[in-house]
Amino acid sequence: MPITKVRPHLSPNESLLFERSSPGKKAYQLPELDVPAVDAADALGADNVRAEIDGFPEVSEVEAIRHFTRLSTWNYAIDYGMYPLGSCTMKYNPRINELVARTEGLAWAHPYQPEALAQGSMEVMARVEAALAEITGMDAVTLQPAAGAHGELTGILLIRALLEKRGNPRKKILIPDSAHGTNPATAAIAGYAVENIKSSETGVLDVGALEHLVTGDVAALMVTNPNTLGVFEENIIRVAEILHAKGAMLYMDGANMNALVGIARPGDFGVDVMHLNLHKTFSTPHGGGGPGAGPVAVKKVLEPFLPTPRLKRSGKRWTYDYKRKQSIGRVKAYYGNFGVLVRALAYILAHGGPGLRNATVDAVLNAVYIRKGLEPYYDLPYRAPNMHEVVFSDERQAKLGVRTGDIAKRLIDYGFHPYTVSFPLIVHGALMIEPTETEGKREIDQFIDAMISIAKEAETDPQMVKGAPYGTRTSKVDEVTAARKPVLRWKP
Amino acid sequence: MLDACGVSSPEDLFSHLPEAVRLGRPLNLAPGVSEYEIVDYFRDRAAENANGYASFLGAGVYHHYRPVLVDTVVSRGEFLTSYTPYQAEIAQGTLTTIFEFQTMICQLTGMDVANASMYDGSTAVPEAAMMAVRATGKGRVLIAKSVHPEYREVLRTYARNQGMPVEEFGYVPEAGTIDLEDLDRKIDGLTGAVIVQSPNFFGIVDRVKAAAEIAHRAGALLVVLFTEAVSLGILEPAAGADIVAGELQSFAISPCYGGPYAGIIATREKFLRQVPGRLVGQTTDSRGNRAFCLTLATREQHIRREKATSNICTNQALIALMATVFMTVYGKQGLRELAEQNLAKAHYLASKLRPRFCGKFFNEFVVKVEGKTPDEMNKALLKKKIIGGLPLGRFYPELADSMLLCATEMSRRADMDAVAEVLA
Amino acid sequence: MYPENFRYTKEHEWVLVEGDIGTVGITDHAQEELGDIVYVDLPKPGAHIEQGKSLGSVESVKAVSDVYSPVSGEVTEINGLLADSPEKLNADPHGAAWLVKIRLSAPAEVASLMSAADYQSYIGAEK
Repeated sequence: MPITKVRPHLSPNESLLFERSSPGKKAYQLPELDVPAVDAADALGADNVRAEIDGFPEVSEVEAIRHFTRLSTWNYAIDYGMYPLGSCTMKYNPRINELVARTEGLAWAHPYQPEALAQGSMEVMARVEAALAEITGMDAVTLQPAAGAHGELTGILLIRALLEKRGNPRKKILIPDSAHGTNPATAAIAGYAVENIKSSETGVLDVGALEHLVTGDVAALMVTNPNTLGVFEENIIRVAEILHAKGAMLYMDGANMNALVGIARPGDFGVDVMHLNLHKTFSTPHGGGGPGAGPVAVKKVLEPFLPTPRLKRSGKRWTYDYKRKQSIGRVKAYYGNFGVLVRALAYILAHGGPGLRNATVDAVLNAVYIRKGLEPYYDLPYRAPNMHEVVFSDERQAKLGVRTGDIAKRLIDYGFHPYTVSFPLIVHGALMIEPTETEGKREIDQFIDAMISIAKEAETDPQMVKGAPYGTRTSKVDEVTAARKPVLRWKP
Repeated sequence: MLDACGVSSPEDLFSHLPEAVRLGRPLNLAPGVSEYEIVDYFRDRAAENANGYASFLGAGVYHHYRPVLVDTVVSRGEFLTSYTPYQAEIAQGTLTTIFEFQTMICQLTGMDVANASMYDGSTAVPEAAMMAVRATGKGRVLIAKSVHPEYREVLRTYARNQGMPVEEFGYVPEAGTIDLEDLDRKIDGLTGAVIVQSPNFFGIVDRVKAAAEIAHRAGALLVVLFTEAVSLGILEPAAGADIVAGELQSFAISPCYGGPYAGIIATREKFLRQVPGRLVGQTTDSRGNRAFCLTLATREQHIRREKATSNICTNQALIALMATVFMTVYGKQGLRELAEQNLAKAHYLASKLRPRFCGKFFNEFVVKVEGKTPDEMNKALLKKKIIGGLPLGRFYPELADSMLLCATEMSRRADMDAVAEVLA
Repeated sequence: MYPENFRYTKEHEWVLVEGDIGTVGITDHAQEELGDIVYVDLPKPGAHIEQGKSLGSVESVKAVSDVYSPVSGEVTEINGLLADSPEKLNADPHGAAWLVKIRLSAPAEVASLMSAADYQSYIGAEK
């Protein structure tokens, strides 16, 4: 099948800034000082004044803009096409978000501005808290955590604080073997031991096993719902009951909320505390790896422990409540990633209640459509109905020596970013695919066609598939040498 | 598509969900609005904030000019809407800029290796502390009172659950620098990390070299923090630092009411494997061309899970890119000139007032206020559309009569004269 | 392939006992599973190790594997070759790329380990 999505094209080469540098080149212009200059050695002490910054670049403005523009052309991006990455929810990043985030009175606001001059920012944050509480079915929200993993840590610390108050923080946290690696890492940083709970043969939590594992030593179960197979944990209410009966709590990793918004609310099915990823479900841009925001939503019982400060209504205005004796303290300076909150709120305002629900429906429709399209060609180890993502395994292709990593690289030649490779770990050779609601039928059909074509290539020419990608300006990168002999900075 | 899925309506896709979990009603959120209404909404909120005020607030977040090139670059869809560069072949743009970022941070801080950024300066503190504890095998942490108060709060939140006792040591009331005797008294054989900030929260260039000697003598590592990145343009890199951590907000990152920002951790070669967060390394592709990729991933959570160096899964890539463009635009000479302007502005303002501490300062200093409280002084300044310094009473009860003032290259002489008039 | 005079563990380590010193390494099967090895983390000489407990780890690009000690005792020597050339562990896991030498504190432990033949059946069955 011919590749229709992409064709080779010339992209400029570009060296590093330091290699383009030349003494005396400038890209800046500072105004004249309107006050007397000061001798640095006098003001700071001669010992404290540095010599020049060795090796630091000096380029002109044109060189600077060309440098970054050229580099940018080497990236794939959502603006180019679909990212079928499972659990990443790579949906379109609306440009209205970028515009409003730069509104001067919001972008320029200093966190220590007097409250009377920060009412606009505080209103925005209050609005976001309320919207997220409604969407998750929870009672209170903190916007302080800077990212999903940060939110997870906050959530587990909240659980610890509550259990401590009740007399025993307990020792361990149960985590499904299908969980993302941040879950156990977070539990460890929060001072808990991790115990793995195996998934059942159908891929969901094994309720029987859970009943045995939940003892007085267990503080919580960290669950993702739908799970990392894209399957809804149908026994979630029972799971919550088992935990609560033993005084343990249910934490939900909100990474897969894109399957639930407007359809089901974690607060309604027994979750006590959860985090959200605004850079997933709520369209804030990934920007090559961050920033994100990881608000945490809780049931009333955990509210007293939320990070300080909290927004509080005082007559007609907003104010901060710092007098929170039971709070776990701060997890970050200031109030949260405000700029990301603005973007998320713009998304929520644009969609509104009905729009958010429609997005969820479209996301699930797209994923089920992909499942049906690829089922004849790729092994589907877990056959329960999938929601916003679907996980295949490379079993059929592996018999011919072609693995999920190889298929992913070959997909690049077809003009797509790879899906999530080799995760979750409970599927051997996993291909984890999440289209999101952003993708229309045309893009998805092209994706399905590409995957089918590769499946056929694996049969007729497995060696070719294993050598992919061929069309990229950078071919397969030597990660082994990068790890054996790390070179982490440029040197002259 | 519905046919292909074997359903007659989209709602059927959810029929497998148990009845009990389904939200049987619409979300209680207003219907969607138009682009124009969204712009209006945020414009109204912005109007409820300070508008057109001159500000002399610093205290960890600084008003510096953002060169126009910064937004031009980060607004490119290839940077804005791209994912974490796990697929190196189609992410060389992001990977190359991160490699440049890591290099520039090393050049500025005098360290051997820097990571691809932390969430912010405040969370870089516990990460640096945990790093030092891992590297020395000793769990006790000493932190200076002159470190940003909210940063110290964040450290406590993390430390509490790590079995990592944290104790503070004081500052000298006249100079505003760390109390070396207090540090010497408190340090012991169980101390893994000593944490100081320079310029410290009071804006004072602190006694880093002396702190290093005390720390190393006790077998602890010295962590040096910075919150005002522009100071790196003129201040000698911290001598004796084992780990440098800090906040890059000054490098073209809008104050944005507290975030998103980008922190960094930089350190010596020997602590490389203890560094948290992402690292980009140089290598070659199969055709022999230079290429970059994420490396040493085995430190990270997705592989090592509960034994990871941290749970962090992000680097503030877009924010770090803003800083990279900023550093490129100013360059070697510009960063120096920018720092000199900051120095001049703050020292001009200080010359009209009387700084409370005699220690050397960069662009922030503390002033004791006479006759009125700092809040009252600030009220008077607000009438002139000036936001005054940060009253310190909320963080330092012993300094309740003082405020922390900051002047940058953006501070105008007329506004500084107005501040001096009110405060003098 | 698997030396007769080695003893093997279920976690794919081997030990060669000579007098009261045991030389420890990982098996060819282990290095094959790991792929290209990029880093080896070893204990310091003088460290005390218990049978079955981790004495360090071996890393490939995408995975880390703990190395569990087949025997208890004190580490007398570590293989300096591996710091600069971790790839030797792929090339010669039973020879030049041994990991540590341990002075055995409980020589009787060795009897509970697998012989070469048993290990070979074990890994055959695993497949």
